[in-house]
Amino acid sequence: MTKAEIVEKVYEKIGFSKKETVAMVDTVFDIIRDTLADGEKVKIANFGNFEVKQKKSRRGRNPQTGAAMEISARRVLSFKPSVMLKRELNRRT
Amino acid sequence: MIKSELIARVAEKSKVPHREAALLVESIFGAMREAILNGERIELRGFGSFANRHYTSYQGRNPKTGVSIQVSPRKIPFFKVGKELREKINAGPAKAGSGSSQSG
Repeated sequence: MTKAEIVEKVYEKIGFSKKETVAMVDTVFDIIRDTLADGEKVKIANFGNFEVKQKKSRRGRNPQTGAAMEISARRVLSFKPSVMLKRELNRRT
Repeated sequence: MIKSELIARVAEKSKVPHREAALLVESIFGAMREAILNGERIELRGFGSFANRHYTSYQGRNPKTGVSIQVSPRKIPFFKVGKELREKINAGPAKAGSGSSQSG
């Protein structure tokens, strides 16, 4: 599924033009992106939570050469799917 | 930020009534949910992608009691952050002040 397909599904449900729908879907993801970039969590009930985690620097290795190197401290995004979503996904099998 | 706050922000930014913003946000995540449940991969440019990971059955233990149990095979939705978002997040808050400003 691509963003275009999401737009298509949303378009069928709301009474806006295609162009307006595209802009609004973009707005939703822009807001989520900016919120996460500010370090704030985004929690979507029934879907999952996005959270920015601070990682400390650590020693690692280049998997190709085996050379030891320092992996710098960084902020990473983690997604934790909702329990309901996981449950439903495994019920349908 | 929870879903209701996201809806309020969308209404404000898109200048649409709250009701429409709610329908929009619900439809987006509803569509994504359906895709995940159908085992479909979702790819959002500049944001990231969602795909299910399949885990086979394995012998596990209840960490509390130590009782050995068979863990059944399962699927778990996995999100891989896109390059643009990863870099944006790693760059930190755009506002003044760097590093850890955790709230809550």
